[in-house]
Amino acid sequence: MSTRIASHGRLIDRNTTVSFTFNGKSFIGHAGDTLASALMANDQMMIGRSFKYHRPRGLVASGAEEPNALVGLGTGSRFEPNQRATTTELFDGLSARSQNHWPSLEHDIGAINSLFARFLPAGFYYKTFMYPRSFWKSVYEPFIRQSAGLGQVPTERDADTYEHFYAFTDVLVIGGGVAGLQAALTAGRAGAKVLLMEQSAHWGGRAPVDGGTIDGAPVEEFVEQAVSELEAMPNVTLRNRCMGAGIYDHGYALGYERLTDHGPAQPGPRHRLWRIRAKQIVTATGAIERPLAFAGNDVPGVMLASAMRDYVVNYGVTPGQRVIVATNNDDAYRTAITLHEAGVQVLRILDARNSGGGPLMSVARELGIRIDCGRAIGKVKGGKRVTGVSVCAQEGQGGALEDVACDAVAMSGGWSPVVHLWSHCGGKLTWDDAHAMFRPDPQRPPTGADGLGYVTAAGAANGALALDAVLEDATVAASAAARAAGFKSKSVAPPQGAASPEAPLEPVWLMPRQAETPLRMKSWLDYQNDVKVSDVQLAAREGYESVEHTKRYTTLGMATDQGKLSNINGLATLADALQAEIPQVGTTTFRPPYTPISMGAIAGEARGEVFQPIRKTPMHDWHEAHGAEWEPVGHWRRPYAYRRPGESTHDAVMREVKNTREAVGMLDASTLGKILVKGPDAGRFLDMMYTNMMSTLKPGKCRYGLMCSENGFLIDDGVVARIDDDTWLCHTTTGGADRIHAHMEEWLQTEWWDWQVYTANLTEQYAQIAVVGPMARTVLETLGGMDLSKESLGFMEWRDGALGGIPVRVYRISFSGELSYEIAVPASLGQALWDKIADVGAAYRIMPYGTECLHILRAEKGFIMIGDETDGTVIPQDLGLHWAISKKKEDFLGKRAQERSHMTDPDRWKLVGLETTDGSTLPDGAYAVAEGVNPNGQRNVQGRVTSTYHSPTLGRGIAMGLVLHGPDRMGELLEFPGTDGKTYTAKITDPVFYDKDGEKQNV
Amino acid sequence: MKRYSAFAVAREALRYHTGWGRAWAAPTPNRRYDVVIVGAGGHGLATAYYLGKNFGITNVAILEKGWLGGGNTGRNTTIIRSNYLQDPSAAIYEKARALYENMSQDLNYNVMFSPRGVIMLAQTEHEVRGYRRTAHANALQGVATEFISPERVKEIVPIISIDGPRYPVLGGLWQARGGTARHDAVAWGYARACSDMGMHVIQQCEVTGVRSEGGKVTGVDTSKGPIDCDKLGVVVAGHSGVLAEMAGFRLPIESVALQALVSEPIKPCMDVVVMANTVHGYMSQSDKGEMVIGGGADGYNNYTQRGSFHHIEETVRALVETFPMISRLKMLRQWGGIVDMTGDRSPILSKTPLEGCFINCGWGTGGFKAIPGSGWGMAELMAKGHSPLTEAFSLDRFKEGRFIDESVAAGVAH
Amino acid sequence: MLILRCPYCGVDADETELAPGGEAHLKRFGPGSGDDDFHDYLFTRENPRGVHFERWRHAHGCGKWFHAARATDTLQVFGTYPAQTSEPPKEVLALIRAARPGWSWREFA
Repeated sequence: MSTRIASHGRLIDRNTTVSFTFNGKSFIGHAGDTLASALMANDQMMIGRSFKYHRPRGLVASGAEEPNALVGLGTGSRFEPNQRATTTELFDGLSARSQNHWPSLEHDIGAINSLFARFLPAGFYYKTFMYPRSFWKSVYEPFIRQSAGLGQVPTERDADTYEHFYAFTDVLVIGGGVAGLQAALTAGRAGAKVLLMEQSAHWGGRAPVDGGTIDGAPVEEFVEQAVSELEAMPNVTLRNRCMGAGIYDHGYALGYERLTDHGPAQPGPRHRLWRIRAKQIVTATGAIERPLAFAGNDVPGVMLASAMRDYVVNYGVTPGQRVIVATNNDDAYRTAITLHEAGVQVLRILDARNSGGGPLMSVARELGIRIDCGRAIGKVKGGKRVTGVSVCAQEGQGGALEDVACDAVAMSGGWSPVVHLWSHCGGKLTWDDAHAMFRPDPQRPPTGADGLGYVTAAGAANGALALDAVLEDATVAASAAARAAGFKSKSVAPPQGAASPEAPLEPVWLMPRQAETPLRMKSWLDYQNDVKVSDVQLAAREGYESVEHTKRYTTLGMATDQGKLSNINGLATLADALQAEIPQVGTTTFRPPYTPISMGAIAGEARGEVFQPIRKTPMHDWHEAHGAEWEPVGHWRRPYAYRRPGESTHDAVMREVKNTREAVGMLDASTLGKILVKGPDAGRFLDMMYTNMMSTLKPGKCRYGLMCSENGFLIDDGVVARIDDDTWLCHTTTGGADRIHAHMEEWLQTEWWDWQVYTANLTEQYAQIAVVGPMARTVLETLGGMDLSKESLGFMEWRDGALGGIPVRVYRISFSGELSYEIAVPASLGQALWDKIADVGAAYRIMPYGTECLHILRAEKGFIMIGDETDGTVIPQDLGLHWAISKKKEDFLGKRAQERSHMTDPDRWKLVGLETTDGSTLPDGAYAVAEGVNPNGQRNVQGRVTSTYHSPTLGRGIAMGLVLHGPDRMGELLEFPGTDGKTYTAKITDPVFYDKDGEKQNV
Repeated sequence: MKRYSAFAVAREALRYHTGWGRAWAAPTPNRRYDVVIVGAGGHGLATAYYLGKNFGITNVAILEKGWLGGGNTGRNTTIIRSNYLQDPSAAIYEKARALYENMSQDLNYNVMFSPRGVIMLAQTEHEVRGYRRTAHANALQGVATEFISPERVKEIVPIISIDGPRYPVLGGLWQARGGTARHDAVAWGYARACSDMGMHVIQQCEVTGVRSEGGKVTGVDTSKGPIDCDKLGVVVAGHSGVLAEMAGFRLPIESVALQALVSEPIKPCMDVVVMANTVHGYMSQSDKGEMVIGGGADGYNNYTQRGSFHHIEETVRALVETFPMISRLKMLRQWGGIVDMTGDRSPILSKTPLEGCFINCGWGTGGFKAIPGSGWGMAELMAKGHSPLTEAFSLDRFKEGRFIDESVAAGVAH
Repeated sequence: MLILRCPYCGVDADETELAPGGEAHLKRFGPGSGDDDFHDYLFTRENPRGVHFERWRHAHGCGKWFHAARATDTLQVFGTYPAQTSEPPKEVLALIRAARPGWSWREFA
């Protein structure tokens, strides 16, 4: 059984107990435990079920590489699926549940898949489930989806908050083991600004577990001294529980800091995403031990040798009482020795090497541990727990030499440097034959903006596995990084590490070497995704020879651990199947993040109300208080209509239209873009920007202008006012203000940079109020201060003055066909003017109106709306706006484009009015059908509705549309099939439905 | 070719699956083929497949610089839909969608087409109008879509928040027979079927030059030697510019990075594809349980297959806002692909200035869903010289100003 | 995640401050130009897998447009310079030539 032992446990506080639950059952652990070590202490070795076969699974590892021990953590709004038990720090009240089983972890119906495993090899689903066709969606897929998928689904809105953090540093050191600490010391002493990140709660990495000395003292002393020296350096920042998640171009890196995962009751954000810009990055990310591939290597109780050592040394727990160690290298002997010291019986060390190991082997032998060289595990026995192994010769097919009863197996297949971060941004790898591992190729690092490398790997992450080599490599790496960041380090000899020398490992990719098929079908490579040696061999046999094909066909390395344990073993298996060398087969691409990071952290603070900024006009709060229904327009909110108590939105719109036509309405037009264009060449510039001639406009006058893209399409419209000789004010659509301002600047700066013109976007500097309707002049005259008579301020003219004591600029322009004034005031006076107009207007029945009323008013008059009549494919000529296209100008943006054959095609659809024969309202976006179908079998069409409304003024539906030869077909009937099953019949008319002669505005 | 079936799997199981042969052959290239297709991605393989199936042209080589299906075919978010606004787009995407319906049976390879339904959310009045227009157009194009209410959206996607404070859901364009498929399987299935017809799928074979005589294509130079052909199809997505240069013409194409990401797998929680264009994000759940998420493309030329993280942030932010429950899921993996964008964001399937040389490119962010339709039309174009499916997508449209602009319907990304 | 130095304000601007603007040094063809010239001006792009001259705007900074010489395959930046020029500065060209012998781009080499 697995249990707590009396000795060891450097990270736990045996005086503090912590209670937690697993699958509803209460357990006790110690402060400092991980969930994994606490479960082990409670003899809970089986923690989950595998993805495909639902096999019982236990802990394999002790850190971020753990593939099996994933749990659902927390409850309700703090529930999180797929949390790794090995990196979950235990806290009081922790509640965890195992995953991927039904009805329970112990008894899982899905485990039936395991019985049929032989019928479910890699990619079997590509060959089956095809008949009958309809069964995929209705039967097979639901079954597959239900049995796949790991964690449960969170159901509630996340109760936690997250934050983003910016950091700039000279040298970012990722990894707080001895290599990272030594690297940070080296760079810090050189004067560089250093940020050191460690994913776990502890400094020192695994060196304190592995033993050895640094400068003659225990490793732990070095760690303590290094941390205190670093903490004292003002130029160094240390962060633990902070993982280097990804490295991106130009020195960008992501840190993922888990602030309260180890104590959810603490206040503040749960995670913090560090967005880091580093001049240089040192990856001191260590190495990960590889499993050995033998039959039954997934039975709970089979673990990485180093992990077993971690559990004993760090947490004082052991997975079993009688352990067998299988290895191809010397490091696993450390585990055997540690276990022995902790009072755990080590039954055998099965060393696959015929010649065995070095000095560590002698130590083990002196302790009385039996060592069998050239031996391997033929098969592990047991289902939910290891009960024994059969031992065989490594060179053979697996014939049992003896059976040994045991309750845990430690395995070691050698070590692989953690090269993920090095590789994220293009760093290349080289194959190290001596250690059978890929390590960073220092000749081909990720390169930055200057074309030079900006990442250096250090220590075990660079393939330096022995303690002395680690410290030396880290010193060299950090000196180089500091130098590249502009800091010269004094050459100080690195501290001297001393650890037992090791004999060379012997690559073992399958145990025993010629294992027969039934054994290979039980030899796991990828635990979580249930990929076995036989699966990779099948993929190779079927021609999925590229490593990417094999990965995708078998799903090797695609689980939540992203192949941290399986990639190299899988690669080697593939190379063997293809009879190729491992480096020729190559690796798959490493992608960020190193381990999964929460979506909450990625999203950061921007959620709910602050998801995006809201732009508010000065009168926003007034609208809110007066029943505005909001419509988002860009980042603005505009009132769609002002609903009165008891009114529907439609009723409100109808009321607003009638009132404006009959009395007077007021509109908050502040969101309209206002761009000032000024300078000796401003007129010439505007002649290029607009299709119209703007340079000839007289000061004091206004002109309606159209803007096209260089590609000829209409992009914006608005009224342009000439302020003085070299100043124009250009109004744009609400959505267009920023875009058009940028458009102007682009042309000014990049094409006509010698023209003397300045532009300024004044949109937010002014509030603008439209006063519209037969009583508009009366209302403003009542307010007093300006002569707004027809004679004094004609249509399409503007004047500066004061109304009600407030300085204003009044434009007499109309987007409704009514007598209409648009009044601009400094934004800070917007509300004051609005209030005054509303006050004096009350006597004349003034009402505010919203965007929908605005739309109906303009549609009744046949005025186009950018975004309705235009959609990015419409040119002014389509809309009958020839009058606004200057014939005199040699050039304007879009002119050349509009000369292309398709733009001058007489068959382009043209703007017309549409009146339904029965007065109903045409559906939005409906198409007019023509006879027959096109060669692709689609119904021919001859036009479409661009705007459609019920007009309360006319008491019927009105619409505008683009129709083939429309203007030549007045009075013809068109048919518009609706999506409601009805077909609407409409007559082609003039698009001006109301007051064709413009009498209402010319008063 | 050994036929795939549950029975075959069971039979093979009894001999430990030792009897399975190669899914596609690995031939050495011939000196000459009737047709050479450059690019063994989905579009290239589909083109070859329909050349054989529909026109009996099987003396065909498909040349692939890397490994087949290794470009954007294997990097996309696997969405299949045909609810496009413009007639030519709707035609080719609907043809593709219809072919997806029977692809597993046609290829005898399970591509797991899952017609689970696609919703495009309308979150502004402008989008509502745009999608209503699309629904009208689709009805006349023979594409089954409908505009549905917010309540119906919530019914179909229970995990969605329809009353978000910033962009409440105002409705959605629903295509019930849109869905997803297993992307790699599409390439593998076509490759196997092409190989079975006697075509040569040649991997690790880079084209280094295009040879011509008197304005007509005569063959290609490759890393495995020269290969003659009568007709050449260039179907290489982001690398089209490089190939076009070899063939002596230029393209209105720019290559940019498009990124995607997946979450860790969870049990089934969303049975449809949801696209939220106002906030720039879309999401579906794979059969493995991962939430598959995509967003917008970077705006600058890039061949690195890496994108900028701030786009990932924007996309995830949008989706956390739309689906609050994903906040406590974790991003497992992010990646990028290089997509080829044209001047109007619609593809090019066209003859070229070099006689006998045809090009299929510019699918931008929307290529996967089009694969079978694109292959069908391209095969017809190459075999007969014209195809109604591809006619509007010709290269000369840019000169004429005859664009196929899909962004008009409420700024929809592909 | 690019960093480009704005040649106007001297800021090493993060990509999030910048708006990309496509290929640089395009010659505008207006009314009177031929169909081919106009088409090439609007749509045909070098799109090189290699050094690219491109336009950027320091949109969330000083607002100025500038040009960058940047490799699309490695994202190396050879230099940035004001947009008010019709050809790349000599020193930028020299840097590119040194780093990539045999390189050419349109009429520049």
